[in-house]
Amino acid sequence: MNAVPIRSGDDVVRVRQLVRTAAAENGLSLVDQTKLVTAASELARNTLVHGGGGTATVEVVKSPIGRPGVKLSFNDEGPGIADIDLALTDGWTSGSGLGLGLSGARRLVDEFELNSKPGAGTSVVVVKWSR
Amino acid sequence: MERVPILKIGRTLFVSIQIELQDDTVVRLQEDLADELSATGARGVVIDITAVEIVDSFIGRMLSMIGSISRLFDAETVIVGMRPAVAITLTELGLSLNGVRTALNAEKGLELLNGKA
Ligand SMILES: Nc1ncnc2c1ncn2[C@@H]1O[C@H](COP(=O)(O)OP(=O)(O)OP(=O)(O)O)[C@@H](O)[C@H]1O
Ligand SMILES: [Mg+2]
Repeated sequence: MNAVPIRSGDDVVRVRQLVRTAAAENGLSLVDQTKLVTAASELARNTLVHGGGGTATVEVVKSPIGRPGVKLSFNDEGPGIADIDLALTDGWTSGSGLGLGLSGARRLVDEFELNSKPGAGTSVVVVKWSR
Repeated sequence: MERVPILKIGRTLFVSIQIELQDDTVVRLQEDLADELSATGARGVVIDITAVEIVDSFIGRMLSMIGSISRLFDAETVIVGMRPAVAITLTELGLSLNGVRTALNAEKGLELLNGKA
């Protein structure tokens, strides 16, 4: 398991590279690798920009039927998200982005879990299984 | 921060992205292209993303903005060489690259621009 800090744009790039390696080594197709790395890029940037920095964890996991997958966790202790449904709506942004990061990342992975409370930070966990 | 070089050939600016794109690098490229467009009066921009492994919402937004900026200088932007996996992912992400045109490769991109001239 690799926990890496997300404090700068360079860290976002490093997270993408770690995710790419883990996805390639665990049998994800090229398209699935690209989807997972793109989701990771969105979530890492949110951790940096909205969460004020945090950490990312990359893990290899096995499904109940033995399929390998890659699990990513993003954690920050930033302001948190008041309305999670709203944050997950395509096109909704509190800033100047497109508001596609969170909703798009959810579409690109197989499992997606978001936990957040105002004042208590944000955690997003996603999994992509190999096929 | 690394910078992406811009080449001028005739009335076209060529950008081939060969490095891992950090957010600041993309913002810088946008600024450099605006400067070059205004200084050279180029009529077209070709951005080759053959080597780019992912385009996320930030990079996609910046590419769109480069297209819009180039129009203000009466120039057209063509993105060439998008990988199939990137195209599929962009679509699922829900991103459309407004403001730019796309072509299969640099040659086709140039044809597209020259059709205009
Ligand atoms: N880690 C986080 N901490 C606090 N708020 C967050 C976090 N992640 C997302 N949000 C909130 O959810 C909103 C939607 O996020 P999303 O990634 O979809 O859009 P965005 O980051 O604003 O734009 P972009 O399309 O460039 O990603 C953000 O504008 C922000 O208000
Ligand atoms: Mg975002």
